Amino acid sequence: MSTIEHAAELPAWAALVVSVFLVLGSGLVLMGMLGFVRLSTFYERIHAPTLGTSWGTGSIVIASMVFFSVLSTRPVVHEILIGIFVTVTTPVTLMLLARAALHRDRSEGNPEVPEDSPAEMPAEESGEPAGRA
Amino acid sequence: MLPYPLLSLSLLIMWLALNGFTFGQLIVGGIVSVVASWAMASMRPSKPRLRGWYLLPKLVWIVLYDIVRSNAAVVWILLGGHREKRHSGFVAIPLELRDPTGLAVLAVIITSTPGTAWMEYNSGGGTVLIHVFDLVDEDGWVDLIKNRYEKLLVEIFE
Repeated sequence: MSTIEHAAELPAWAALVVSVFLVLGSGLVLMGMLGFVRLSTFYERIHAPTLGTSWGTGSIVIASMVFFSVLSTRPVVHEILIGIFVTVTTPVTLMLLARAALHRDRSEGNPEVPEDSPAEMPAEESGEPAGRA
Repeated sequence: MLPYPLLSLSLLIMWLALNGFTFGQLIVGGIVSVVASWAMASMRPSKPRLRGWYLLPKLVWIVLYDIVRSNAAVVWILLGGHREKRHSGFVAIPLELRDPTGLAVLAVIITSTPGTAWMEYNSGGGTVLIHVFDLVDEDGWVDLIKNRYEKLLVEIFE
């Protein structure tokens, strides 16, 4: 609470470092958002927000660590946990979305999507692609 | 009582680091970490073996470097806006890696590197389908994933 009120006491070098990382991080998130809007297909779109979940998060997290470490004169490492959790949980969401999109495109017979691999052909031949874990 | 003592301990330490080192938080954190380890045991995960743990720093370094590099590459493509010339597509990669933990780590690496996304893994044939944002050379990507990441992961986990 009181830490924010003391932001003016931040030395100039630290303020500079924090600003650089904040601008870099939020710039990457903005770029990802723009790409998300501009790109045309689902599979291209999933790449743009990755900027925000990788180095975008990393940058903002570093800025936060520097800010609070300098102000409270002790190392603050909570942010590392945030970074780890964001990184580890992103693939879960991505796989859910990707598999749903692949399933829809395959059942619609979209030619741009690769066929299911041969190892799974028996399930496909029986007419029901269900039962995949 | 404690199926995963290391997991419980690290959960407790994380709880205290986030909420402050007080006696009350120690009790709550202790309860949470024990219950969480029961939940973990009920899922019966495979026991990961870290055979080549000394290679982990090298892997982390390679991945961090690649994340920074591919962030720049994707920003460059998005800013440049030559969308007509760029071609994105799927690449199927045959993997030798079978260890579930190793595969999970590979999924995190591929997903957190902008420009590549893990689509689906076929456990029958051991192939993974990835989508590449800027696909120039398909064999180059197979080579990159297999030699840069998979080789290390096989050494670490198998």
